[in-house]
Amino acid sequence: MHLVSNLKKLITYNLSIISKFEHIQSAHCENGASAVLFHNQGVHISEPMIFGIGSGLFFAHMPFMKLNGMPVTGFRPLPGMIFTRAANKLGIKMKKVRFRNPEKAMEALDKNLELGIPTGCVVGVFHLTYFPAPYRVHFNAHNLVVFGKSGNDYLISDPIMGEFTTLSRKDLMRVRFAQGTAPPRGKMYWPVHIPQEIDLKKAIIGGIKKTCYDMQSIPLKYFGIKGIRFLASEIRKWPKRMEARKAAQYLGQVVRMQEEIGTGGAGFRFIYAAFLQECAGIFNDNRFRELSTQMTEAGDMWREFAVEAARLCKNREGQGVTYDSVSEMLMKIADKEEEVIRKLKDLIKTL
Amino acid sequence: MKKEEVPQDDKNLTEGKFRDLCYAVDENGNYVQVLSSGWEPKNIVIMQAWENVNELAEKARTDFKNGKVSPLVFHMERCQMDLKLLSAYTGFSKGKIKEHFSPAEFQKLTTSELEIYADAFGIKPEEINNV
Repeated sequence: MHLVSNLKKLITYNLSIISKFEHIQSAHCENGASAVLFHNQGVHISEPMIFGIGSGLFFAHMPFMKLNGMPVTGFRPLPGMIFTRAANKLGIKMKKVRFRNPEKAMEALDKNLELGIPTGCVVGVFHLTYFPAPYRVHFNAHNLVVFGKSGNDYLISDPIMGEFTTLSRKDLMRVRFAQGTAPPRGKMYWPVHIPQEIDLKKAIIGGIKKTCYDMQSIPLKYFGIKGIRFLASEIRKWPKRMEARKAAQYLGQVVRMQEEIGTGGAGFRFIYAAFLQECAGIFNDNRFRELSTQMTEAGDMWREFAVEAARLCKNREGQGVTYDSVSEMLMKIADKEEEVIRKLKDLIKTL
Repeated sequence: MKKEEVPQDDKNLTEGKFRDLCYAVDENGNYVQVLSSGWEPKNIVIMQAWENVNELAEKARTDFKNGKVSPLVFHMERCQMDLKLLSAYTGFSKGKIKEHFSPAEFQKLTTSELEIYADAFGIKPEEINNV
């Protein structure tokens, strides 16, 4: 259905079907933009594989970093890191540029498009016209790929959309220069060198090592598995520290960060489990498959946490759900992830 | 999450524009991609966040109708902006914007100043007074 519709759109936009760019929908924009850029250069790597090689699995609860006036809870590293790490490990060289001047930024993009170079752009979604209204918030780390231009319309492959979309020059310029926290400043990126051969196994092992380090060994309480336990202890304090309504908002933000920003479900845990499953095939090693199953279980526990937390947000305390009970769920999640990561680290030592 | 468990709790939050791509396992335990039109816990927290925005916007609307503030406050709240962000989008200093919150000062705004505000809010200048 998508193929036919995309085809019709391409004909409308008068592009050669033979030289067509292939749009792929993904769960997460950063993985997805990378996948699409690599894919259209002949490097076919799935979203889970990019996520795994890019060491995307993470956790951080940071009261010192605020979004909407409330602490940021992250389930992945800083925006841009998955993509940078994945490209590095795969030996793919990327060019990245930022601009002070919006007009110059558009000129540079136009130049790339004239040369037939699909280009990744970091944008803010507040003014993203094709987004549904409830999703248009001041989030400035969204990734999309611009792959063509027709008159005043730019052809956009937005990884979270089912089909490709368009933006006018004015609208694209506006989202590339969105204001607020971490403004994109017209950032654009594209691959400039694809190696003849890619050592996928080496890239995977390196990616997993980094994930194990991030989850186990950062010596600060906010990050990794310690971070999950830290959040658990914070959650207990919220109803004591602030009025009920605010505590519910704090909890709501945790769930939104887990599920709203395109994580593929359960704060990226399912994507990581899919990655481990692919590794089982690549290494011909069933131990990966077993760990994939356990990571899926961790993901299911996060989903259950979200169900209970949302119930708490809606109804406040009652029916057996309290801030203490959801905190306890997080402690169990921390234990589970600790076990999976430990076994994963042991596994790659043997490879 | 199993394939058949992927939720389809459509509250029209995506306005039919897209569905979330999720990862779930099929009958053989293999990961597949499944589209979801929404999930109840997620819908709850998204709507909760918007309720807060709407409340602030409503207060600003009431203040405007009572002649206390100019329509700019309503639009600022509706757009989830604070003074700092509105200043970044308009190029006006925070102090100046605050002045423009007073109905009297707002009346003195030039056409081009109104256009700049309208652009920041994603509306046409003539729509600014639609509160």
